[in-house]
Amino acid sequence: MADTQTFQLKIRRYDPESGAPAYWADYDVDLPPERSVLDGILQVKDREDASIAIRCSCRAAICGSCGVRINGRSALACNTRIGDAAATGRDGFITVEPMGNMPVIKDLVSDMEAVHWKKVRRVVPWLVPAEAPPEGQEYIVPAEAMLDVTQAMACIHCGVCVSACLSMEVDPEFIGPAALAKAYRFVGDPRDGEEEARLRDLAEDPHGIYDCTHCFACVEVCPKDVAPMNQIMRLRRRATSDHGIKDENNGYGHEKAFVTLIEKYGTLHEAQLLPRSFGDGSLVKGQLKPSGAKQLTRELPTAFRGLKSGKVTPRKALLHEKLPDQKQVRKIFHAIESHDERIELNLYIVGEMGDEEMGAMAEEAGET
Amino acid sequence: MPQHDVLVIGAGLAGQRAALAAAEAGASVGIISKVHPVRSHSNAAQGGINAALDPQDSWESHAFDTVKGSDYLGDQDAIEIMCREAPSELLTLEHLGVTFHRDERGRLGKRAFGGASAARTYYVTDITGHAILHVLYEQLMKFEEVTRYEEWFSTALVQDDDGRIAGVVTRNIRDGAMELFAAKAVILATGGNGQIYDPTTNALICTGDGIAMAYRIGAPLMDMEMIQYHPTTLAGLGLLITEGARGEGAHLYNAQGERFMEKYAPNKMELASRDVVSRAEQTEINEGRGFPDGTVALDITVVPRKRIHEALREIVNVGRDFAGVDITSEPIHIKPGNHYVMGGVHTDIHGQTPIAGLYAAGECACVSVHGGNRLGANSLLDTLVFGRRSGEHAARAVHGMGMPSPSHSSMQEEEDRIQAIIGRDGTGRRVSELKAELGETMDKYVAVFRDEDGLNTALEVVRRLKEEAKNVAIDDKGTVFNQDVLGALELQFMIDNAEAIVISAIERKESRGAQYRTDYPERNDDEWLKHINVSANGAEPELSYSPVTMTQWEPQERTY
Repeated sequence: MADTQTFQLKIRRYDPESGAPAYWADYDVDLPPERSVLDGILQVKDREDASIAIRCSCRAAICGSCGVRINGRSALACNTRIGDAAATGRDGFITVEPMGNMPVIKDLVSDMEAVHWKKVRRVVPWLVPAEAPPEGQEYIVPAEAMLDVTQAMACIHCGVCVSACLSMEVDPEFIGPAALAKAYRFVGDPRDGEEEARLRDLAEDPHGIYDCTHCFACVEVCPKDVAPMNQIMRLRRRATSDHGIKDENNGYGHEKAFVTLIEKYGTLHEAQLLPRSFGDGSLVKGQLKPSGAKQLTRELPTAFRGLKSGKVTPRKALLHEKLPDQKQVRKIFHAIESHDERIELNLYIVGEMGDEEMGAMAEEAGET
Repeated sequence: MPQHDVLVIGAGLAGQRAALAAAEAGASVGIISKVHPVRSHSNAAQGGINAALDPQDSWESHAFDTVKGSDYLGDQDAIEIMCREAPSELLTLEHLGVTFHRDERGRLGKRAFGGASAARTYYVTDITGHAILHVLYEQLMKFEEVTRYEEWFSTALVQDDDGRIAGVVTRNIRDGAMELFAAKAVILATGGNGQIYDPTTNALICTGDGIAMAYRIGAPLMDMEMIQYHPTTLAGLGLLITEGARGEGAHLYNAQGERFMEKYAPNKMELASRDVVSRAEQTEINEGRGFPDGTVALDITVVPRKRIHEALREIVNVGRDFAGVDITSEPIHIKPGNHYVMGGVHTDIHGQTPIAGLYAAGECACVSVHGGNRLGANSLLDTLVFGRRSGEHAARAVHGMGMPSPSHSSMQEEEDRIQAIIGRDGTGRRVSELKAELGETMDKYVAVFRDEDGLNTALEVVRRLKEEAKNVAIDDKGTVFNQDVLGALELQFMIDNAEAIVISAIERKESRGAQYRTDYPERNDDEWLKHINVSANGAEPELSYSPVTMTQWEPQERTY
């Protein structure tokens, strides 16, 4: 144990009964730097002011109670080291405030029910078995499939990803990272009989799987490596590749357009993105299809805004150059497409180094 | 006044399983929990759940291992039921959607666990309790018939004039409003009381609320002296390293590099019963063969790396985040730490307590299936089997019965009690100070090794704290999310638990299971092959005995 140091906590206080707005309050705590921010808050409660409200229970990142924002970053207070937090804090202060995207009840306590749990209930969060359970035995399912959904199953519903979600900030109706990861837990479960219906539902919902902007914020903050965005991408791949679901939101076409452009140019050709999106990837189809043309017209103001703000220039938009080594990109496409089965990059378990690799590394390092 | 045929208090595995069973049996069900159900401490059960599902295995073998593990203090009729019903309970969970580990044929895969003569522990990596808890909550969301009262704190049980259970007094944590619930039957599923110890593997919510509430209305507490110290907890914080690590093959070493379990359990080695392994470790530490931080080493590096990531994933995180140790490449320092209470509210095999209409299931109950020492991966099983049995029995028993009308004066008393705490001037000691003294005292004197002097010291401290707790000072005078006042109520629950534990430990003048008396180092079947019960008789606790139910296994010498 390292020596005890003094840390300065700046906690966002809010008491709904006082009639006063939220305010910051400063507290000093003495702890070894490897202890947690939660330990710091508990020390303040124990020694100084027990009226600070924070949900917490297990102290081990298992129960999911203590989601907060520390120096602006969404995290569990119990598995954020206070020394690390001090290093990233401004002016030596560690700021602790309630999670984002959810109403505050008191101090650091957020209203998870009003946001998170409502969204979870939205995705039909229980197994709908494809067939009656086999008599006197378990369902027989591949070991890999169970490991695969275990990543989503490992979600502790702490709300940290919900707090960090940028899409939800713009669209509070977005079903969101945690609830969609929960949805994948059923979609990916071979015992569930509603895969296609679930996917269609989540693809057609304007606040569903295509509302995610791929920003990785949820992946970065998740304390359990659930990687919610990856689960959303898996939902998309199943919806498009496996079930060919062409949704009202044009998520299917948009994704096809992205892939086609990267394969063709190596980078995104912004002027072609929308036309191709409305043509399921094809530039011609997007403009010939009556619905595509109509949608394109509707998106014209967006194009003008882009031009006006300088995000795109007419020259850049129209003359898009291929990457110099575009052949390499094509090779990647070829390598992936020549596989019979879709390659899922699951770093949760199967992506860990195997024993053989470890053996080779140990040999190199001169170990036995 | 909310009213339900069956009211469950606590929403961990036992509570949720009881609620689902009662609802399926046609009862109107309410489930009250002081935290959101998925925050319950069942989450922390890592290793798995035991069941003799494999045709090569047998429930009798599972039952014998459990009886032996209990040091013959477990009631064999209850153990037989638990082990017989284990396979079907396991399959029920699988059918509901638990993502149990599979073998290469797609069948349920299993791992070895301590004190077991066969590998019969089924698991979801090392988040088994978490996975089951969340799947049961999925079912609870589906079952709209079950009304959930999330973040409601129960303060007292209410009886009618005949002594039958009539309801529960609660406080809605969100707005501080008091509410009286009427119920034909109440099932306590409030979990354990590890917070009376410091350190402990238990979460901050494990304050023995249900055990104390039942005790206060006269329900006997059984086997309370039997407190399990888990062999592998992190020093200081007390966080748990699953027994699954040893199940997967990890070794224990002292500071001299000796695999010391050879001396204590030459056959089962690291996979002996938990009481045996904890005593062995504590002996090594006490005799100077531990590390300077008062620990021994758990070496998980002998387990293949891929297997660690697949089966012990959570432990990799715990080691990294809370001890700064990469368990895949170096040993981690551990010591025995408070983990589980084998004792609790005495129930029969249907979960009924001697108080009419009051049931208990899971860690707060004592059927007794664990006796002097619980086997790893039998706790999840206990919660599920006896949770279900309680729910089913309660639903059947109250069918056609009229709704009781608990008296409002009982709620008024509780409200007055709470207002007295809130309104008190800050002259007494802080809740946190009393709790810290309690935790330190229990861990010092009522731990792996005990003796009469130490236990008497503990009793003195506990009784003084009991008085001091009546005058605690709190800071929060508000109604919304006033955790401070709940902490004061929990402290009083904890002290009741502690008193029952210490009194029982003083009474049992022998060594059996988790109770090791250095002044009475032998097991003494002639005098002490019996349960000790503590009941509240006015202000003074009263001790009594009840026989151990034997069916087919006579006590033998216990070696591993």
